[in-house]
Amino acid sequence: MPTVFIPGSMRELSAGQAEIQVQGSTVREIISELDESHPGIKDWLVEDNRLKPNISVAVDGVVSPVGLLQDVEQDSEVHFVAAISGGCLGGMLAAV
Amino acid sequence: MSTQNYEPNMVLSTTEFDVIGTRPVRHDGADKVTGRALYGADIELSGLIHGAILRSPHAHARIKSVDTSEAEAHPAVRAVVTSADLADAGDQMVDLGEGAMPLKFLRGNVLASGKALYRGHAIAAVAATSLHDAQEALKLIKVEYEVLPATLTAPDAMRDGAPILHEDLKTTELGKPTDKVSNVSNHFQHVKGDIEAGFAEADLVIEREFNTATVHQGYIEPHNTTVLWNNDGRVQIWCSSQGSFTIRDTTAAILEMPVSQVKVTPMEIGGGFGGKIPVYLEPVAAVLSKKSGHPVKIVMSRADEFEATGPTPGSRIKVKMGVRNDGKMVAAQAWMAYEAGAYPGAMVVPGSMCVFAAYDIENILIDGFDVVVNKPSTAAYRAPGATNAAFTTETIVDEMAEKLGIDPLELRLKNAATKGTRRADGPKYPRIGCVEVLEAMKNHPHYNAPLEGPNRGRGVAIGFWFNVGLPSSCSMSVNADGTVMLIEGSPDIGGTRTSLAMQAAEVLGIAVGDVRPTVADTDSVGFTAVTGGSRVTFATGIAVIKAARDVRDQMSQRVARIWGVKEEDVEFEKGVFTSNNGTKNSITFKELAKQLSSSGGPIVGRAAINPPGVGGSFSGNIADVEVDPETGKVTILRFTAFQDAGKAVHPSYVEGQMQGGSVQGIGWALNEEYFMNPEGKMMNSSLLDYRMPTSLDLPMIDTVIIEVPNPGHPYGVRGVGEANIIPPPAALANAVYHAVGVRMDRLPMNPVAVMEAIWEKEDVPA
Amino acid sequence: MPRKVQVQTKINGEEVEFLCEPRQSLLEALRDIVGLTGSKEGCNDGNCGACTVLFDGRIVTSCLVLAVEAEGKQITTIEGIAMGNELHPIQQCFLEGAALQCGVCTPGIIVAAKALLDQDSNPSEEKIRLWLANNLCRCTGYDKIVRSVQAAAERMQEAR
Ligand code: FES
Ligand code: FES
Repeated sequence: MPTVFIPGSMRELSAGQAEIQVQGSTVREIISELDESHPGIKDWLVEDNRLKPNISVAVDGVVSPVGLLQDVEQDSEVHFVAAISGGCLGGMLAAV
Repeated sequence: MSTQNYEPNMVLSTTEFDVIGTRPVRHDGADKVTGRALYGADIELSGLIHGAILRSPHAHARIKSVDTSEAEAHPAVRAVVTSADLADAGDQMVDLGEGAMPLKFLRGNVLASGKALYRGHAIAAVAATSLHDAQEALKLIKVEYEVLPATLTAPDAMRDGAPILHEDLKTTELGKPTDKVSNVSNHFQHVKGDIEAGFAEADLVIEREFNTATVHQGYIEPHNTTVLWNNDGRVQIWCSSQGSFTIRDTTAAILEMPVSQVKVTPMEIGGGFGGKIPVYLEPVAAVLSKKSGHPVKIVMSRADEFEATGPTPGSRIKVKMGVRNDGKMVAAQAWMAYEAGAYPGAMVVPGSMCVFAAYDIENILIDGFDVVVNKPSTAAYRAPGATNAAFTTETIVDEMAEKLGIDPLELRLKNAATKGTRRADGPKYPRIGCVEVLEAMKNHPHYNAPLEGPNRGRGVAIGFWFNVGLPSSCSMSVNADGTVMLIEGSPDIGGTRTSLAMQAAEVLGIAVGDVRPTVADTDSVGFTAVTGGSRVTFATGIAVIKAARDVRDQMSQRVARIWGVKEEDVEFEKGVFTSNNGTKNSITFKELAKQLSSSGGPIVGRAAINPPGVGGSFSGNIADVEVDPETGKVTILRFTAFQDAGKAVHPSYVEGQMQGGSVQGIGWALNEEYFMNPEGKMMNSSLLDYRMPTSLDLPMIDTVIIEVPNPGHPYGVRGVGEANIIPPPAALANAVYHAVGVRMDRLPMNPVAVMEAIWEKEDVPA
Repeated sequence: MPRKVQVQTKINGEEVEFLCEPRQSLLEALRDIVGLTGSKEGCNDGNCGACTVLFDGRIVTSCLVLAVEAEGKQITTIEGIAMGNELHPIQQCFLEGAALQCGVCTPGIIVAAKALLDQDSNPSEEKIRLWLANNLCRCTGYDKIVRSVQAAAERMQEAR
């Protein structure tokens, strides 16, 4: 099962857990699955059917340009990280 | 490597190609050495009039009234605008494809409404038949201000009772919105391992506090724009920006019009370094054009550049690091407060992701604070946020090495991040070149060269930057003579037309001179994100490779049809199509090009991508300095820059990036700063007083290109535009220490700062 | 509005006549009136060198010269450096040596370098650096500029 790493600021939603194993073959499925067991996680990460603009998802260390649509392998590591932009918005970014 | 084979510029290549890695003359070269290249300010249109902008003389003030009647009555004036001409933004968010931000911030920075938040904040604008008349008319505008106390640094703005810039800005605390109104827009954390346990395990703990000044990108060409609001309602813009599509989309958002109604034509751009991404002038010029019926040109003055565009943040950073006697780093903690300027967004997030990025450390805690202050709204500057951060870490690592009696490069090698190292913000690194860069530094003749004489010292430092991917589009058409037109959308600041054409030529097996690249306007090419984040040669490069492969595949189909063979039986190598099916056939790319129209019509390849597989880049410096103990002046005797390029497509321009970035880092280290008076007025807003390095201040900048191929790019490209600015401040601070024994904890390390440090050490009252 | 003044001058070897306001700089006249936009404005106060031209053979920052002062003078701008269709060796060496990135400082630097090589055919690195110290370049770190001027000096000597 893929392992999702929960950033510090989200851990109150995960009852303090830093890593959770969840079923799913895409980031979207993983978030839905997580939200079942830990309600609120989806609202934290997703808006209008996509990842919030200041959040990126890194699967196995590679930041995905397709966000929720990203495929995930059974042994993948999934991280939610701050989006690094080309600089278009100054640094109007918030860390997760 | 011995001193015998020392060369000033070395490329440590691991892979060979036909075109990639060569050094052709750039396609836009002749235009640029003859004065024919047209930059933004060079455009001339019929009926063109000139705009000028009235700016706040106060760093923080309520705007009580603006009376433009006298200016409007000036005979040469054709239009006047104030923030009243831009519709109220309400709570709308705009998403420019790279993250959303409140429209009121974007719009408020273009024309202040309600309050002026920094000296230089735009208040009103005038367009007149000549620039001199426009400037004269500005003096006729009467603004009544209620001057408010200003707050100018992050620590000051964070204290209780500090003047508040935005009465509705509430702190986001560890990811959650709060009700606290303050100048801290965001406090976030990265946590890895157990910081307490880490420090408990350490034999040596070093803790220091650092301050760095606000600095400017200092591109030589000022911001400029020319806008025509046409009679059919279409807005046409000619400007020199790092991102034509960003200008288009932001202007459309501010003016509340469909994106398709705005067309941006990129002119040549005279430097940017991150500073030519935000939008300042276009919406203002557009409204002036609408009101006057003329195209309007606005060019910023140099003082406006300093006072009214986005410099990069000043910061206060506290760092504490713990190491065992055997040299293993076991704990690292940082508290980082960056000054965003007037609106949130201080690049502290990327700074926090870079502060310990070079090292594999089990236990990390990072607190980041994004703080608004009464200074211009900050923008990106080459590896934004990382230079401030690495200055602190790399100084402390040098001190660790000294105290432990370990060679500073050995200490770094012992702790270097590699593939699989977990970053402070969670993910593991893919293949990176930290170790290779450190090895190259250790093996370089400079590192082992004797350095004799009093007050001389050698320092080293390294830096890391993530680089970005982001969308790029392009198309490619084949001419009947076998030459190729490449249409792409990445404004070319430093030779990227050529680094892209080279990638096309490599795929097609033709000469780079046979590929003619054009940076197209926003009507003529698909969406392409900014020239920033070191992305063009990587990301637009992948688009170009894909489009070239598309051309190649379509050509193969033609060959198959002409020869009457199966497509799978056609092979392509080095510009020649062959088939071994039955009879032996072969045809070159050029010969085939002649037959396109008779074999099915023209061929156009295309690609539009948003690539994963970005490869971060490590850089390093070895610097020798001499410090004058009487004046505090630091002279650089020798400087060598190292960087992992992944693959250097055009090594001369990679070296150029490394040299230019190094020298910007040197300026940041030794001289550059926004020198503010207590009221928030910048006292050095000219290129005489804001002292950027001149040719006379520098030695040659030697370079070593390291190539650790990025698996995410077909030729291994990582992107080299940014990481090179990161190490110089720390390398020079370490060199100063080894020269005169003082640890510098602030930037710039100008003569005053160095003398104060020397006096403090010698206990002389300053 | 102040009355315009007629100025007769020689630019890049050709007689030129133009009308300007007394308050206009030579840089403005070149760019906005004569239409020679090769000289660039980086600061308009004499500190960047992007507007460098030759004024009776001497280097000046044209933003600090009044247009009316051009009366009866010989002006050389970047547009006058190439020899017909052939690039000047400095221009050629700048291209081969990758001495420009954004290129906005390049016109001023080439004009200044030409003035140097016209009076010293074999300048030291030190002298080149001193000579170009009023021409800011923010992109290159000067290394490749200095080397390209050295290369041009060599090439010009060989041609002699
Ligand atoms: S524009 Fe003349 S010196 Fe800068
Ligand atoms: S090449 Fe850009 S300023 Fe010199």
